Amino acid sequence: MTKKLEENFFKILMILSTSAILFSLVLIIVTILIKGLPVLSVEMLTKVPQGGYYFGKGGGILNAIVGSLYLSTGATFLAFLIALPVSLFMNIYLIKKKRLLNIIRYLLDLLWGVPSIVYGAFGFTIMIYLGIRTSLLAGIITVTLFIIPIMIRAMDEVFKTVPLGLIEASFSLGSTKSETAFKVFLKQVIPSVVTAVLLSFGRAIGDAASILFTTGYTDHIPTSLLEPTATLPLAVFFQLSSPIPEVQNRAYASALVLIIIILIISILSRIFANRNKLKKLNIKTAINKRFVYYKNIRQNYIQYRKNKR
Amino acid sequence: MLACLILVMTIPLLIGIGLFLKSSLLFDNYSLANLLFSKIWKPLDGKFGFYPFIISSVWVTLIAILISAPICLLSAIYLTQYAKKYFLKFMHPVIDILAGIPSVVYGVCGVLIIVPFISNIAPAFGKQTSGYSILAGAIVLSIMISPFILNILIEIFKNIPDELKEASLSLGATKWETIKFVLIKKISPGIISSIGLGISRAFGETMAVLMVVGNVAKVPNSAFDPGYPLPALIANNYGEMLSIPMYDSALMFAALVLFGVVLFFNIISRLTITKLEIY
Repeated sequence: MTKKLEENFFKILMILSTSAILFSLVLIIVTILIKGLPVLSVEMLTKVPQGGYYFGKGGGILNAIVGSLYLSTGATFLAFLIALPVSLFMNIYLIKKKRLLNIIRYLLDLLWGVPSIVYGAFGFTIMIYLGIRTSLLAGIITVTLFIIPIMIRAMDEVFKTVPLGLIEASFSLGSTKSETAFKVFLKQVIPSVVTAVLLSFGRAIGDAASILFTTGYTDHIPTSLLEPTATLPLAVFFQLSSPIPEVQNRAYASALVLIIIILIISILSRIFANRNKLKKLNIKTAINKRFVYYKNIRQNYIQYRKNKR
Repeated sequence: MLACLILVMTIPLLIGIGLFLKSSLLFDNYSLANLLFSKIWKPLDGKFGFYPFIISSVWVTLIAILISAPICLLSAIYLTQYAKKYFLKFMHPVIDILAGIPSVVYGVCGVLIIVPFISNIAPAFGKQTSGYSILAGAIVLSIMISPFILNILIEIFKNIPDELKEASLSLGATKWETIKFVLIKKISPGIISSIGLGISRAFGETMAVLMVVGNVAKVPNSAFDPGYPLPALIANNYGEMLSIPMYDSALMFAALVLFGVVLFFNIISRLTITKLEIY
């Protein structure tokens, strides 16, 4: 009976730890909702900080919301321009060179693991080197570096699943490698490309450490790339460190806005990811059909030989 | 396309070289051992001892891993071996959302929930603290890295071939014995590497830890003391010290140490995972 006892004991522990993880997510969201919702108002979402905002006077965090969107959109766009060709190149030109591919994937995974504060410090060095001041541009460059490996690996994971037959069929019809890449391959994987982009966008908008030194902070909405800009994570951080309760409350509201944006992105990417499954299924059924076809030909042939005898 | 690939591949090299060049000023004036093991941090007097920061980082990371590794392992076993399929399907988005929550939000929750909690329980251990402590940082971190570790573990557990389980069960072992003696043994490289990746994640995490850990540049004596991990050091002091080249260089050195440690753990764990036979 001790066997059963031990199993039950561990089973209870397992259920406890699973619920601990579930509970912590609920706790985080409920806490932010309780603290943030009463403070959140239309004024907060639609106005930039007015005079005396940081002493509890009127205004909102529109500067941070718009700044964050500018920053992540810019960075995601730049990263996309680099990540898409790289992942296509890996999966079409290098598809036969498994060893090289593995090394590249390994390096990308390492890059993914580098903490964002290191990117921040590195971005700051580049910024000084190029002679630009803390600005939207410097932030975009840093965040781009930060999300490139994430985006490439996310795309690559799905590109890997596209059957080799598709590429070979395209080659056999006489199309060049780049034609295959952009006209045939890309069409099959568009939903997952969207998922990868959304995933990177979520990363870009939520990260604070990498932009701490590079984007600066301002109360205005930036009008050019060379101006500093406010961002949501930093808005949360700075307002929370204020000693005035009203300003602290606004930090909770800003955190709520940030979480809502992240949740929307997460739901969107889930929708697109599910769409891709349908497509994958189609590819799979197509291949299966082809095999059935081959099988039929072969069986007909066997039948034919039998009859001949 | 090739140009893009080469560009991306040179990024880690560029980061390493850039940080090294920036911190070389510090190497010219101090020995490496002196930097790493000296306990005095007075940048304005030209004393750069990184020991308190490194120790704080190690403490925070270690405690975070000690909390989250068993929890993740147990719930990975539960989700893949005991729970119904739909529950695992339900947990996947939960884990993803938990992984996607920005670190600042974790920091806010840490300040709101965990810091007061610690300051309440500290007297039970005979300590007085404001709550901003190593332990608070570690608890926040352990929640942050758990989705990361859990995802890897679930992926590994799912890939164990069924024959292995069936063979063990048919020999008369109970389900728990199968898990304990067969499955865990089989995937132990995977468990180790997931923990290693968790460590590297925890070591580099900045904002959430920075907000709850207290930031006092002294060697901590217990988990209830405030600490000052490396990432927090960089984040807190940047921008102020541009006027002093040596200070600037010292912070770049901190970034370099961080980069090195994280790369080391990443490389080790990714090499260990290749030892897994189930792939």
